[in-house]
Amino acid sequence: MAGFREYKIGARLFGLALGGSMTITLFFPSINIASVSSTDIALTKQLEVGRESGFNLDDPWMQGKNKPLGVSLKVDPKTKQPIDGGMQVYVYEKGTSFPSGVMHPRILGEGIQELSVQQGHVNDANKNVGAVFTIAKGLYQGKEYSYIDNLTATKGWTPADVMSVAKDSDVSEAGKGKTMFIREGCWWCHTLLPEETQDWQVFGAPPMLGDFNGESPTAFGSDRKAPDLLHVGSRNSSKEWMMMHFFNPRLVQPHSIMPRFDYLWGKTDADGKKIDFAKWREEYNEYREGKRVSPPDVPSYASNSEIRGLIDWILSLK
Amino acid sequence: MLKYLFAKNEDIPSGSAAIFFGFSAIIWFVIGTGLGSFNAAKLAFPDFVTGNEYFAFGHMRQVHVMAVIFGWISMAFAMAMMYITPALGNNKLWSEKLGLWNCFLWNLGLTLGLTVLWAGITSGREYSDFPWPIDLYLATCVFIPLGINVWMTILNRRTQGIYTTNWFFAAATFMVIIVFLIGNLPEFFHLTGLTEAYLTWWFAHNVLGLWITPVAAAIAYYTIPKVTGNPLYSHRIGHLHFWSVVVFYSTPAAHHLMSAPLPEWLKSFASVEGVLILVPAIAFVSNIMLTMQGKWYMFVENIEVRFTVTGCLMAIPLNMQGGFQQTRAINWYIHGTGWIVAHAHLALLGFSTFLEVAAVYYGIQSIMKRKLYSITLANMHFWLLLIGFTTYWVSMTIAGLIQGAGKIYEVPYIDVVIAEHPYMIARWLGGSMVFSGNILWLYNMWMTARKGTVVPQGRLPHELAYER
Repeated sequence: MAGFREYKIGARLFGLALGGSMTITLFFPSINIASVSSTDIALTKQLEVGRESGFNLDDPWMQGKNKPLGVSLKVDPKTKQPIDGGMQVYVYEKGTSFPSGVMHPRILGEGIQELSVQQGHVNDANKNVGAVFTIAKGLYQGKEYSYIDNLTATKGWTPADVMSVAKDSDVSEAGKGKTMFIREGCWWCHTLLPEETQDWQVFGAPPMLGDFNGESPTAFGSDRKAPDLLHVGSRNSSKEWMMMHFFNPRLVQPHSIMPRFDYLWGKTDADGKKIDFAKWREEYNEYREGKRVSPPDVPSYASNSEIRGLIDWILSLK
Repeated sequence: MLKYLFAKNEDIPSGSAAIFFGFSAIIWFVIGTGLGSFNAAKLAFPDFVTGNEYFAFGHMRQVHVMAVIFGWISMAFAMAMMYITPALGNNKLWSEKLGLWNCFLWNLGLTLGLTVLWAGITSGREYSDFPWPIDLYLATCVFIPLGINVWMTILNRRTQGIYTTNWFFAAATFMVIIVFLIGNLPEFFHLTGLTEAYLTWWFAHNVLGLWITPVAAAIAYYTIPKVTGNPLYSHRIGHLHFWSVVVFYSTPAAHHLMSAPLPEWLKSFASVEGVLILVPAIAFVSNIMLTMQGKWYMFVENIEVRFTVTGCLMAIPLNMQGGFQQTRAINWYIHGTGWIVAHAHLALLGFSTFLEVAAVYYGIQSIMKRKLYSITLANMHFWLLLIGFTTYWVSMTIAGLIQGAGKIYEVPYIDVVIAEHPYMIARWLGGSMVFSGNILWLYNMWMTARKGTVVPQGRLPHELAYER
């Protein structure tokens, strides 16, 4: 066996070179990135979207399972007294995994971490019971920080309490929608990253360093073939427009090259009636050929359909 | 193949693993480029095959990318390693049986992984799209066995030194395992936020820089001297190439996120390191071009040399783009546009594919000792690939520049989409030419294996290329 005898120096240098490169490109950045504190956006995104939106064992087929519900509360679920100005809470029903900021508060950054543990009692959240979270503000060493407040521990609000006072229109399934966004590959064309250049003039402010703590996957996108969506909810907040656009983008934008996402409606519409896709397409083709004056109506989606989550999520991107 | 999986290692003919890897690679190339052409058609004509989840662009794009990277390119690499490593060590492959199992498990795992991706089950991370169980499978059943076979063959060589190609093979198989295991840490341990974003691009950068680029170059270091009969121009320049790849190509991962929120020092560091990519690039291209001295007629006459030299020539624009497009001065204009798509295809479909195609042509002929079935089909394959790729590259580069202009002049996005439409059609036509060229290639290689003229002992297939 000739072996590597004569290559001893080379092999050591190789280890040194690759090790040095790993130190600079992995070790140093990871220390630096770990010291970044969460912004309010990062806190909101974590609570809204939940632990993981890519493949994970809790939702192996990526159906949008194991996700929280966003609820805009109008009344206190215990006392039934109206809440002045309303309140945004995130309901993690029994069995739903908590986001990284709740499981590992150290990723939240200085101040936020201490407040979330001491005042927000995030360590008391129990997956077997479920929990309700909100974002609260508090003082840590004289400075104000936003932190995660576990309302189940601090106010005794259980998921069932909150859901009993919430109407369907108060509930956002944005968490499920992010799973749809990843599964359907929306991010292959729509970036979530206004660039740190002229981009902000059209697509809004680029994200900050701390906007991503606890988010997975971040899905910035790299190959933009369509408008950036990071702030799309601020530009267009019409549910009806989104509905038509997803069903067939050419209904609202004749030059769009986006695929149709009509299959996300599922089998039945909001009234429980079977959706006749073949008939719809036939009528749409007649409209395109000029045989009809107007395109057929887009069926309204059922409240448990996949498209509902996706639209909720897109509209949450402010 | 199946009958050899359970045969004794001694009973398996030398080169079996290389042959099976070679044909698998060609078939994945046909599948991968077919998917690419289909996807391109959808970008040009959005209502082409519509209303079905499984033919939606977002479900198919990643299948195309992963099929060409881990099916075509990586399997062609494995094919090259299976016959070039022992040829340069003057011995036999350490284990043909391990090679065959490696090929079998690779095809199985990749089929499974692509099916899962096609269904939309993905990690949501570009280039490391496979869910983590598939990543672990690829590391343990694909790259580790491949590495063991290459390393053991080199350790058991019967030559004193190790030739350039084999340094690259040994180092790259090691590095790709490291890249796979580290790049997927966010999925194994649920790392989130910027760490996840950065490691996604750390993986994407290094799988290209420490696996695809060095192995493709290593193949050219074998093919050109072997077919032309000229010795490699300079081993010292080969050393420079090798060490500068390890040092300069493994460090600029952050330049993929140049306009994203990452620590500024990291982006600046990556950008400087990114320009230094010109060191290995110039070393490699000049070494190969100087090896061609006195044999330039073979660029015209010989199919392997023509493919290899064309690939090396494409490394020049590739690295000029790669070195400079990631600097802040240029990146702000072209980031996220079709320019990058063109550049990625220049790297994978231009530079690297042309070198691998040569290795597969040469390998199948020399292992099976059969002359190429049809040199006309091979010529058609070359021109369809070259013209198809060029059409693609030119149209996407122009589309990218339009998009960049639209980005900085605040043009409504839909106007950019309208302006890009003709280039999307050109892209689809170019991609379809590549796809049809590959169908011809598969036929040609199949017929070579079946009906090619037998090459007599002691002759090389290309010496007989024009003999009847």
